[in-house]
Amino acid sequence: MSPPETAAAPGVDEAVALGLTRAEYALVCEKLGRAPNQVELAMFSLLWSEHCAYKHSRKLLRTLPTQGPAVLLGPGENAGAVDVGGRLACVFKVESHNHPSAVEPFQGAATGVGGILRDIFAVGARPVAVLDSLRFGEPSSARSRYLLDHAVTGISHYGNSVGVPTVGGEVYFEGPYETNCLVNVMALGLARKDRLIRSAAVGAGNMVVLFGASTGRDGIGGASVLASAELGAGDQDKRPTVQVGDPFAESKLLECSLELLERGLLVALQDLGAAGLTSSASEMAAKGGVGIDLDVARVPLREADMEPFEIMVSESQERMLCVCEPARLAAVLAVCEKWEVHGSAIGAVTGSGRMRVLRDGELVGDVPVAALVDDCPLYDLEPERPAVPPYPAPAGVLDARAPLHDTLLALLASPNLASRRPLFEQYDAIVGSRTVRRPEQADAAVLLLEDGAALAVSIDGNGRKVAADPYSGAVLAALECASNLACVGAEPLGTTNNLNFGNPEKPHIAWQLTAAVRGLGDACRALGAPIVGGNVSLYNEGAAGPIYPTPVVGMVGRLPDARAAAGAGFARDGDAWGLAGWNRMPSTAASELAKLRGEPVPDGLPAVDLAHCTAVLAAIRAAVRAGDLRSCHDVAEGGFLVALAEACLFGGRGARREAGAGGTAVPSDEILFGEDACGFIVSGERAALERLGERIPVDVFGTVGGAVLDLGAERWTLAELRAAHGALGALFP
Amino acid sequence: MKTGVLQFPGSCDEIDALQAVRRVGDAVLLWHRDRDLQDVDAIIVPGGFSYGDYLRVGAIARFSPVMESVLEFAADGGLVLGICNGFQVLCEAGLLPGALLPNTSLRFVSRQVELEVVTADTPFTSACSPGRRLSIPAKHTTGRFWAPEEQLDALEAGGQVVLRYAEGHCFNGSARNIAGVCNESGNVMGLMPHPEHAVDGLVGGSADGLKLLESMARTVGARVAA
Repeated sequence: MSPPETAAAPGVDEAVALGLTRAEYALVCEKLGRAPNQVELAMFSLLWSEHCAYKHSRKLLRTLPTQGPAVLLGPGENAGAVDVGGRLACVFKVESHNHPSAVEPFQGAATGVGGILRDIFAVGARPVAVLDSLRFGEPSSARSRYLLDHAVTGISHYGNSVGVPTVGGEVYFEGPYETNCLVNVMALGLARKDRLIRSAAVGAGNMVVLFGASTGRDGIGGASVLASAELGAGDQDKRPTVQVGDPFAESKLLECSLELLERGLLVALQDLGAAGLTSSASEMAAKGGVGIDLDVARVPLREADMEPFEIMVSESQERMLCVCEPARLAAVLAVCEKWEVHGSAIGAVTGSGRMRVLRDGELVGDVPVAALVDDCPLYDLEPERPAVPPYPAPAGVLDARAPLHDTLLALLASPNLASRRPLFEQYDAIVGSRTVRRPEQADAAVLLLEDGAALAVSIDGNGRKVAADPYSGAVLAALECASNLACVGAEPLGTTNNLNFGNPEKPHIAWQLTAAVRGLGDACRALGAPIVGGNVSLYNEGAAGPIYPTPVVGMVGRLPDARAAAGAGFARDGDAWGLAGWNRMPSTAASELAKLRGEPVPDGLPAVDLAHCTAVLAAIRAAVRAGDLRSCHDVAEGGFLVALAEACLFGGRGARREAGAGGTAVPSDEILFGEDACGFIVSGERAALERLGERIPVDVFGTVGGAVLDLGAERWTLAELRAAHGALGALFP
Repeated sequence: MKTGVLQFPGSCDEIDALQAVRRVGDAVLLWHRDRDLQDVDAIIVPGGFSYGDYLRVGAIARFSPVMESVLEFAADGGLVLGICNGFQVLCEAGLLPGALLPNTSLRFVSRQVELEVVTADTPFTSACSPGRRLSIPAKHTTGRFWAPEEQLDALEAGGQVVLRYAEGHCFNGSARNIAGVCNESGNVMGLMPHPEHAVDGLVGGSADGLKLLESMARTVGARVAA
């Protein structure tokens, strides 16, 4: 095969401008036996980007646990899948859209939702829930408020319009995210186990059909220039690399895809995401061990004069690529017509093992599939622990001598702890009629299954803890998810994760990444929650330095009876309440209290006792399933007293501490506001709490009721707690 | 009662409506391109974003082939219930008075709200007593009911204001807290809250929405008996 004609072959400088290194360019030339032309260079620059090739993280990811009894699809497919019992599989994944959101928050966040939904229905599952994990700078900054408002509106616009409920999520505000916000979106879908479809293209002679929206110039170079480089000056100029979303097109694409699968018309299906056609087609070919010929002249375009390389790398949204047998092509196109989406046969599967790009039959690009997909060099990290954590101390906003009364109110009103109601009320949480527990009703979202069982899902990740101690911080993120699942009686089935870190070529970032992945792996092994998919987002750095290292963990579990899911709020006057799980003094290191007091991020956290935690989780889960606990709420950021106040607020009921319960000494900051894994505020019949106390540590403190949180020495009315907790309302006038 | 639930590209709540109304009878989906209403006894125009609603909510859907049949069906006295986007479509189609404007906050809001039954002698509320409170979720960006003052007076005088948001529950700025209205003959009704999402306490927050669907089934049953 002679190389395609190259009018003006680009050189190494163009390659570097597109994000490749000089050595990588030389390797491309070696693999091709010649210099790549413009089309080929564009394809390599994207598929060999960090975003597509995971070249700094792939070796680490191989250490994560991916096997388990419930796992149906592991990493490598569009999304992972676990068996949820009966005939159903739950398909789920989290993905980031950080840099697009930092540059254009509305469209960046909206297309983040669109992209992850396509990953779900590309496997043949109907999306049933979305959760989002967001990080911004402090809301005292106008830029952060702008990013927050527009990102939330973008998620709301896209998710609500496409008809998939947003059932949960989390948001943190910290200085290191000021210029580099994080928008991670997780989606779940349900499919019949026997209907899961893979993305491997097979069968030489089969047709390759592109369907969905037409292809434009939006998102050119999104994966390389935007996603795989640090943010900096001139980012406004990168706006054309951000895609524009159309949820109506997505809704039609979703229904069209599911109908194509339902009717058994497809051999393989793949969404178009980062790097567009190039990535989708070459990955389908690589997985099937085949070649693909594509004719860009057959791609429906928004702009007539697009160059072949632009068509091959455009990240225009709401598009899918499928493979079908030639005899079924007419039926495939008829379904596309029904749903009013473009369907166009743009190529064919070949036995050549090559990705060939044609324009009206003329060869304009020709590369081995393996070179594109498998031959990108993988880099070893050079981790080195920094002498001190490289983050400035947060600005102190709370005097360490402030009275207890004011300290609790300040914590409840702080951006990281205040009620998320002003955000989640902008999301449709109930479409689909599966949402058993809405936001703030329980620690995890609970989704009804057809047999009366339920899925529970949670997404978590406290970057400040990971900044203090990457290993323990990652363990804590996984435990927080598992704790939230335990509160509703659910046992983990599988995990997805999004590793948001800075520039991995810097030794201290490499150290954070290495230690965090080790922690995540250890925690997921201990929890029996294998990692079935995920995403890595590196180079999250702005002018002021790197973000907090932020592994975001999404965990899916199952409970046998949806009706047994406990709420987070106190549910009945007269119930006993107490604290379950803790067997040691919690620490205020890297806590919310420490942050409000302006304390620097410490160097290290107390070790987590994983064996104790898994025992506590099992006991809590069993108690919830047995109906012994009328409420169960995990102690998280802010510690015991904040969790207690939340249980009061969510239930609309006060709580009283009996004289002498828990000892007579004045409680320390550590007891009241310290943070440790696997503590729970529980309520129920006193005898039930005492029964739980036979398995794990339980302190029964008093009774539920009234309109006051009364600790004896100190008391707060529900009204003043509620006023403090509503502080975020001011951000959404 | 056999109910037809319309399905436009971009509908979101049509399956919820289908499942909800099946609790009180049979139900089928009616595709937007089909004029055949399949001999249904009642129609639900569901919530969502018909045709994307990029122009003005409901403005495109009213021109769909199925809506031509719905207009005839309504003119013959058939029961038509529009929910959320369906309410907007029925207003655009001229089957219901008034218009829906963007919420005063200009934001999408999803919240469980309390409604008061103002008029109980409609085919949609006959299973309720006047003044009864219904707890039903509402979720929309464009739900502020508006009509000229004199028309509002006429609607109230004529018993066409069927549902009102209870005090403190109207988040969208609707005129006179109006949540649902019917046409003069009483056989077409629209409301912004979603009764189809309140038919089961486990996932709906309440089962109060079922009252509206039961009222429809009762009306159809009485008509058949007569």
